[in-house]
Amino acid sequence: MSSFSVTEPSPRSKWFAGTLVILYALITMVPLAWIMLTGFKTPPDSISYPPKVFFEPSMEGYVNLFTTRTRVGQEALDALPPPDTWYEEIVRERDMVIAGPSKFGERFLNSVIIGFGSTFLSIVLGTLAAYAFSRFKIPLADDLLFFILSTRMMPPIAVAIPIFLMYRQLGLSDTHLGMILLYTAVNISLAVWLLKGFIDEIPREYEEAALIDGYTRFQAFYKVVLPQAATGIASTAIFCLIFAWNEYAFAVLLTSGTAQTAPPFIPTIIGVGGLDWPAVAAGATIFLLPVMIFTVALRKHLLRGITFGAVRK
Amino acid sequence: MAEVVLKGVSKSFGDTVGVADIDMIIPDGAFVVLLGPTGAGKTTTLRLISGLEKLDQGEVFIGGRRVNDETPAQRDVAMVFQQYSLYPHLSVRENLAFPLKSPILNTPEEEIIRKVEEVASVLQITHKLDNKATALSGGEMQRVSIGRALVREPQVYLMDEPLSSLDAKLRTDLRIELKRIQANLGATILYVTHDQIEAMTMATHVGVLDEGRLVQFGTPRDIYENPNSVYVASRLGQPRINILPGDLFGAAPKGAHQIGLRPEHVAQGEGRAAQVGRVEHLGDHTRLHLRLDGHDITTLADPHADYEAGAEIKIAPRDPLCFDATGNRIY
Repeated sequence: MSSFSVTEPSPRSKWFAGTLVILYALITMVPLAWIMLTGFKTPPDSISYPPKVFFEPSMEGYVNLFTTRTRVGQEALDALPPPDTWYEEIVRERDMVIAGPSKFGERFLNSVIIGFGSTFLSIVLGTLAAYAFSRFKIPLADDLLFFILSTRMMPPIAVAIPIFLMYRQLGLSDTHLGMILLYTAVNISLAVWLLKGFIDEIPREYEEAALIDGYTRFQAFYKVVLPQAATGIASTAIFCLIFAWNEYAFAVLLTSGTAQTAPPFIPTIIGVGGLDWPAVAAGATIFLLPVMIFTVALRKHLLRGITFGAVRK
Repeated sequence: MAEVVLKGVSKSFGDTVGVADIDMIIPDGAFVVLLGPTGAGKTTTLRLISGLEKLDQGEVFIGGRRVNDETPAQRDVAMVFQQYSLYPHLSVRENLAFPLKSPILNTPEEEIIRKVEEVASVLQITHKLDNKATALSGGEMQRVSIGRALVREPQVYLMDEPLSSLDAKLRTDLRIELKRIQANLGATILYVTHDQIEAMTMATHVGVLDEGRLVQFGTPRDIYENPNSVYVASRLGQPRINILPGDLFGAAPKGAHQIGLRPEHVAQGEGRAAQVGRVEHLGDHTRLHLRLDGHDITTLADPHADYEAGAEIKIAPRDPLCFDATGNRIY
């Protein structure tokens, strides 16, 4: 036997590939790590030069993110009873008192409702449409598919003004429903195309067998096609969620209050009381978490999803 | 079990003819084998009966009921596909139980367990019941998919080359098993195969298809002994029938353009001298490949006789089948 094998890479090339991957991962993760670290710095530490890599951690950024505060005079401060909680203590040290909760919680919840809502809607509609395109004889199917794709051929923001005017007319501006519909409209073309690819790969024989085994077409779809398309659905859902979650331009343009999502809100924190980078960083960190958890939870599917169609068993 | 009747059944896919104007009666309890080369319309016929394809023309009756407008589920047929037959996300047990759990059958749980165990033991897959369907070998998968048909008691079983991916021993076992099931249950089975032994051993009737048309329908013996065309004659018989010019052995029989000689219909020791090309000893008999005036002739010989390549033997036709210029049988 020779030590050379076609299927098994040599230890040296493994080592080389590993180093390369680690190096690339470090480069892409440094900004993320920096944001997470900044969230635990005090405001002076966050803007110090040279930048501090080692610092005394503080929860001030997180407290500032979740509260609004007012500055009070020394006499008034002295007159107050001692602080009850650790976060009141942090605020008092800056000669301030907590005036109430900030809007971050609401905005974050808006992001969750709109992001997951539009992802759910894109997946439901996209799966049904993809199934129809994959299985039924649809007149002008190719043209319709091209038309669906063509909605992605310009940046969505290019149609911002017509959408803005339309939404004002229809009363959809600054509503959850409006944002869910908008993100669904953008995502659904991607969803239909990706899912059609996955459903095309599932042999029709499975459904035909189910039809003969006594099931209706919808039952066959539900019991046989859906479980096998799970991988495709999961990876498509991740793509849709990432878009809807991170979308900034439409969120700035169409929302201001009730339906404002986190991305346009987080930068506004900076103006509340000087350059409060730790609060911004804390907001960004929390904002990252849901997508991160969602992606990690579905990572097995994602890996299979981004190489879709490449390997068949 | 039920009788299946096809009346003037036609189906085209664009410009391609799937089946054309098929009339066929599959009697209750019959085992009908469809023969024909790829593209002859065998699978399409099964799919039309099952309802997976819609008819262009004609009518299908199952048990006297016109089923043209019924869904596959309503028709109550079971089908074994040639491939991709198991649900890959389910275990073997779940695959076998799947048809029983359908809203149409809605079998009670104890009944499902009993039937699944029973079928699994017949097909010798009991030890694999809890495996994932994808973790089986090809032969095991095919057995499970046959099992999925057998757990039911449908009007008719449709089988599309169910044994083609199995090894020789298993194929023989299952052939006997299928035949036994058909005989015991009185099941009506419509069966597609390329395999002559399957056709001859299991069939009560054979239908021969050519380019979507049913060209002959009869008992296996009838099809073998009295084919109505060169095409049908060539479908059965291993080695194949020898199709030779009508006048190869002197004056042609009246009107005969070609004659067909089964290997066992070549008499030796008289007639014209042919050269022995190749000799194949198969144990229970010997196959001789002869050449006469540039035509290859295959025949059988006594297993104990010795022949050598290059030798000459005299041969003459015995009871030849006579065909006209278009290949139709005259007598």
